[in-house]
Amino acid sequence: MKQTRREFIRNTAVTATAAAAGVTLPGLNGALAQEGDGIRWDKAACRYCGTGCSVLIGTKGGKVVASQGDPDAPVNRGLNCIKGYFLPKILYGKDRLTQPLLRKSNGKYDKEGDFEPVSWDEAFDVMAAHWKPAIKKSMEENAGKPADQLTSRVGMFGSGQWTVWEGYAASKLMKAGFRSNHLDPNARHCMASAVGAFIRAFGIDEPMGCYDDLEHADVFVLWGANMAEMHPILWSRLTDTRLTKPGCEVHVLSTYEHRCFELADNGMVFTPQTDLAIGNYIANYIIQNEAYNKAFLDKHVNFTKTPTDIGYGLRPEHALEKAAKNAGKGKLSKISFDEYAKSVEPYTVEHASELSGVPKDQLLRLAKAYADPAKKVTSFWTMGMNQHTRGVWMNGLVYNIHLLMGKISEPGNSPFSLTGQPSACGTAREVGTFCHRLPADLVVAKPAHRAFSEKVWKLPEGTLNGKVGYHAVLMHRMLKDSKLNTFWVMCNNNMQAAANLNEESLPGWRNPDAFVTVSDPYPTVSATAADLILPTAMWIEKEGAYGNAERRTQFWRQQTSAPGDAQSDLWQLMEFAKRFRIEEVWPEELLAKSPEYKGKTLYEVLYENGQVNKFPKQQVTDDRGNKYDNHEMEHFGYYPQKGLFEEYRLFNSAPDIIKKGHEMAPFEAYHKARGLRWPVINGKETLWRFREGYDPHVAKGDGVKFYGKPDGKANIITAPYEPPAESPDEDYDLWLSTGRVLEHWHSGSMTQRVPELHRAVPDAVIFMHPKDARKRRLRDGAKVKVVSRRGEIVTRVETRGRNRPPEGLVFVPWFDASRLINKVTLDATDPLSKETDYKKCAVKVVKV
Amino acid sequence: MTDAVRSENRPEKRKRAISRRRFMADVARTACGVGLLGLGIGMFSRAGALPAMSIRPPGALPEEDFLSACTRCGLCVRDCPYDVLQLGGLGEQVPIGTPYFVAREKACVMCEDIPCVPVCPTGALDHDLTDINKARMGLAVVVDQETCIAFLGLRCEVCFNVCPVRGEAITVDRRPNPRSDRHALFIPVVHSDACTGCGLCEQACILEKSAIKVLPTHLAKGELGSHYRLGWDEKAKAGKSLVSPDLEHRYNLPEGMRYDHDGEGLMQEEPSPFEDDPLDTLNRGLDGGT
Repeated sequence: MKQTRREFIRNTAVTATAAAAGVTLPGLNGALAQEGDGIRWDKAACRYCGTGCSVLIGTKGGKVVASQGDPDAPVNRGLNCIKGYFLPKILYGKDRLTQPLLRKSNGKYDKEGDFEPVSWDEAFDVMAAHWKPAIKKSMEENAGKPADQLTSRVGMFGSGQWTVWEGYAASKLMKAGFRSNHLDPNARHCMASAVGAFIRAFGIDEPMGCYDDLEHADVFVLWGANMAEMHPILWSRLTDTRLTKPGCEVHVLSTYEHRCFELADNGMVFTPQTDLAIGNYIANYIIQNEAYNKAFLDKHVNFTKTPTDIGYGLRPEHALEKAAKNAGKGKLSKISFDEYAKSVEPYTVEHASELSGVPKDQLLRLAKAYADPAKKVTSFWTMGMNQHTRGVWMNGLVYNIHLLMGKISEPGNSPFSLTGQPSACGTAREVGTFCHRLPADLVVAKPAHRAFSEKVWKLPEGTLNGKVGYHAVLMHRMLKDSKLNTFWVMCNNNMQAAANLNEESLPGWRNPDAFVTVSDPYPTVSATAADLILPTAMWIEKEGAYGNAERRTQFWRQQTSAPGDAQSDLWQLMEFAKRFRIEEVWPEELLAKSPEYKGKTLYEVLYENGQVNKFPKQQVTDDRGNKYDNHEMEHFGYYPQKGLFEEYRLFNSAPDIIKKGHEMAPFEAYHKARGLRWPVINGKETLWRFREGYDPHVAKGDGVKFYGKPDGKANIITAPYEPPAESPDEDYDLWLSTGRVLEHWHSGSMTQRVPELHRAVPDAVIFMHPKDARKRRLRDGAKVKVVSRRGEIVTRVETRGRNRPPEGLVFVPWFDASRLINKVTLDATDPLSKETDYKKCAVKVVKV
Repeated sequence: MTDAVRSENRPEKRKRAISRRRFMADVARTACGVGLLGLGIGMFSRAGALPAMSIRPPGALPEEDFLSACTRCGLCVRDCPYDVLQLGGLGEQVPIGTPYFVAREKACVMCEDIPCVPVCPTGALDHDLTDINKARMGLAVVVDQETCIAFLGLRCEVCFNVCPVRGEAITVDRRPNPRSDRHALFIPVVHSDACTGCGLCEQACILEKSAIKVLPTHLAKGELGSHYRLGWDEKAKAGKSLVSPDLEHRYNLPEGMRYDHDGEGLMQEEPSPFEDDPLDTLNRGLDGGT
């Protein structure tokens, strides 16, 4: 039936109105039903933050056409934040990379050339041609050295956004294959201080509690976490508890007012770095008022102190490092309760208030909440506490408070370190992608841990390198110093993330002695600064697994295919291993111990070892009869995701494991469940660790046992206030803190490509106090330069926005690739965790 | 990697926007002027010319079609038993001779037999409308949450109570009141799948100026992205989980504790001394049975 244009327009209008009003029109309904029918739904973990919401993905004709919050997921119960609402769109940015790109001039690789498309073969050929001489040189330099003194010239920067098996495969490739511990994840910028403190206090990584603490606590304390924007779904759970539970109160500590202050009963803005003093004041208050739980302390806690004056993780020739008495030191020594009490005695309410600028009555209210034995307290923190030159100390000070009161490891009483990445826990931490770690909390420095890993991986004894590798910040310095010559950056955007771009990162990457490969789905800032770009299959374009902040491991199946020649990180890692014969990466004397490996490729030794390739090719299905592709299985001829995960379980769940407490369920169980919280023992999940009844590792009658430590006791670690690396002065008169906004995730490489999110927050502005603006004759919206000793950016002033800094402090989000605030930030790190302090440096703001 | 400020052209955009608005205002002024001159009764009667607060009778076609179909006969106005409907007059913004009502002055009573519709000689009021509950004259919107006293925590619910499509077009959403810390807010929520746009709520609103107003549907409605589904709705529609529910979850728990995966979470088991069925207790007799 022909329609005139007018009729068509009218009918469309009628349809639109009818649909909006919920009216059903004959004929229209059929069409809609048909559309809905063809959609295949399956579950996946959200691509963004560490909350770990579950979403349902609707695919039709091979394309993701719809999504919804998963109503059956315990974390989010059908809800999403605004980023999650637009999840399908991150796959379909118009500038997806679909083929490898190499810098070339006259048809040949040239560091100064322009990017040109190349085949995967050419890409890997050129890459291997740079890695092989670097490895050869390392082998020459290592001749005759013992295992704990091995160095390497090849490195990789990985990700808390890798799937679990991608991180595991990378760890194996670098540490076992290339014998290089220069593997670090971007989680170094995010979680390393939390990890350091977990290991120091409890001897085992990751939170003891779970998200159920959000319903069980009476008091919430935020120590440097803007949950309202950065963990939106957890914040709505916390808000619900605050609104519905009688007597519930929320304390928020920050160096500027953010959206969490809207709910705060006690909102406290403190001078940067003085959280150290506040933490010690609360401990002092508890001791002075004899509110501590003596029975708990006697049975479950050791008192220790940490070396002080430890420097700021800058280059050793920096004046601050030379001046530090105990640069980088962290060995704990035992002290008595009385010595501990004496160490916190100077932190009176007057002293803490004077240092921090927080009124005394507010500090007192916070201290009383912790000290009240009748109140269950959950403390949350993220980057505000971790990105801190004393981040490990500060994490420890909060554990001290919880341990003093015995408010730990039970529903509602929880010191809770949140994560910023979807698999900071599951991948970056659990499978050993840090430069000092091996899977399941093992470390490279311990010979027994190396020996166990070698056994699981079927490697000759002495393969694994015992020397801790370069951490994230050191990698850029070593690239610049020509000590690290090949660098593979996967699943992150470190040129936009790492501090001090002008002096360290960019000169490092563009050093003629360095060959830098970036694997990414999009042309990010990092890709722009690379020599070779590998196009990557992202998120649900591959089978995956993430582990969230409450120890919940979640799986998904491959839902759709990547565009063009893009390949998953797993495919890239395993394929690259095929480029190396074992003789090219291991010295003769090592290979002599396993002559059966002679002539084999690294791929065969690492991945065709009878374990990773154990599970034959199969059709992936769900129990509703839907079929799913698995590109890697198709390519390699076996089920690599399953083989890698089951081999990883030999580290955490086999009978002979060294460190208990990380047990996981078999591979198949996770495809059936909306995630399981480890340790999973005999099919049962663990909600609260270290407490009898909840944690099967605690024997009957023990009550509480911190079994990560040999004597089952946790450490209270005293640490004083020490000043930050750089404070405002006459020339640079403002504090700069960087951070995030709700609408964009981290460097914005995905969310900026969602037009609606870009429209919502297109540019990073500088949040500033109106008086600071007026002093500089700046109006709202004025164009300004933000200048530090290291670099500058141009942006616009915002005095009325969501963040309200106090006078003397400005805040700039870092998602915006068109104004890189990491040119301005300082690469001072916590000397213990090596995590950069992105929250404190000195800048000036001038009119353009 | 440039620091070029992308929003530099924003002020310019704003300027453009302002001048566009001015242009519209000028057009409107001109149109008014023309109206005052009594010229072009039909010529300027375009969709969108109808003031937002003037509502067409039940069954009215979309505005443009309505204006071409309506002969300005006035029969619907004559047959309105409650004198709700009026005719656009000279000098009014409503096209002259066309029927409308203003909800705040007098709302549509939603007569069951809809007398205004069958008398329409041209179908400008659609004769297929026989159930007044299916009328869509507009959509009620709580336009001002600052003055709506429900949002302030006062108990009102007048709109909810006068709504003729009771319990469907307006429901009351109970939320905690964080200010008082011990009371609830009773928030009116309008549902577009049931609201007829009759305007009784607007008429009845107890404020000096109504906080709930009936607006033309196209002005009142937002639109969800077509890609996004509401997980809980889809589950309810399907009558089951779209993606199979998990196998039973099991947990390490102390004695006396229970964990409900889909509901409460962690719970203390409190065994009840009573039977579920009173007959069991009664029939057991006084000695507790055997």
